[in-house]
Amino acid sequence: MDPFYPLQLLADWLTYSVFGLDKASRLGLSVDFFLFDVPKVLILLAVVIFFVAIIRSFFSPEKTRKLLSHSRLYGGNIAAALLGIVTPFCSCSAVPLFIGFVESGVPLGVTFSFLVASPMINEIAIILLFGLFGWKITALYIVSGLVIAITSGIIIGKLGLESWVEEYVYQIRMGDAGELAEQTWPEKLAYARGYVGEIVGKVWPYVVVGIGLGAVMHGYIPNDFLVKYAGPGNPFAVPIAVLVGVPLYSNAAGVIPLVSVLVEKGMAMGTVLAFMMAVVGLSLPEAIILRKVLKPKLIAVYFGVNAVGIMAIGYLFNAVLR
Amino acid sequence: MVIKVLGSGCANCQKLEALATRAIRELGIDAQILKVTDYPEIMAYGVMSTPALVIDEKLVLAGRVPSYDEVVTLLKRSAQ
Repeated sequence: MDPFYPLQLLADWLTYSVFGLDKASRLGLSVDFFLFDVPKVLILLAVVIFFVAIIRSFFSPEKTRKLLSHSRLYGGNIAAALLGIVTPFCSCSAVPLFIGFVESGVPLGVTFSFLVASPMINEIAIILLFGLFGWKITALYIVSGLVIAITSGIIIGKLGLESWVEEYVYQIRMGDAGELAEQTWPEKLAYARGYVGEIVGKVWPYVVVGIGLGAVMHGYIPNDFLVKYAGPGNPFAVPIAVLVGVPLYSNAAGVIPLVSVLVEKGMAMGTVLAFMMAVVGLSLPEAIILRKVLKPKLIAVYFGVNAVGIMAIGYLFNAVLR
Repeated sequence: MVIKVLGSGCANCQKLEALATRAIRELGIDAQILKVTDYPEIMAYGVMSTPALVIDEKLVLAGRVPSYDEVVTLLKRSAQ
């Protein structure tokens, strides 16, 4: 049974009995959609973020660095992409993380696999995709993200671009952090609770606005309306979706509820995946931060390889998922 | 006691600094808080993820904003 069925009953009761809206009316459809999706998405977010915080407490960038130092091409790229999912990392730490990896002998291409996977396979995106599209699309999203992270890291590694890293990076020597005290279980739980509060507190307005817009479209725009513009037949839909996605960085929480409605109205699934990957994975702020350690040419390669990979995934799924 | 908050000045580093300031005030510990924003200096402590907390030149926390209680525990442990 769908665990969210009680929420649907509640939304139906509020919409049709309490507010007295007509079941066939557009307003009724929109209100019902909104009242069901907002609590559902917020509950999913709270529950999953709690467990993500607990899982991540067992990982740290310092441990990941030890695991990856002196790793090789291919195997190292795969390990780096997988560790990118679970290692806690915020883009504000991108510079020390990059320096630390390079300093301990993590190959440049392996470092990039980590840097691509970490934001792209994003817990909020995964939760929302699962809640709104189901597990198949979520699995496709995760696998595609891994493939892009692994291949772009391998390409950058093969190109031998070490000289496009700022020289001073190679001169920095890291100290030894020693053993940090492990968090105790009560501390882990307290931290996870606080983290849920912080994240949900930050993203809920985006969720409400995103679902609100989605609800209006759900009720008022005819189904298949977008087939002509964003369906599988339009070859420009994928690059346009990627371009639109870049400036929406970090708003996965607001974008994904909206996207689920775009799909209902006829947007092709590959275009949708490409759009969401561009939203979370192609970050201008992170590129600006990384400018401190990478020369502009390397930032361009990083962004370019990533963007091409995302578009390839978009075209592939548009061709396959019919 | 010398407490250093390591980080490039992001929002989380300011949160950690505020927690540490509150903790030394409420515990009545005689300490000064310094901000370290320079990357080579941050990395010299073996830290890759900010914010991080160094008490009397020993790294005690890295990569997250702890709860207030955890900061208190860390300070008490280091004060002994």
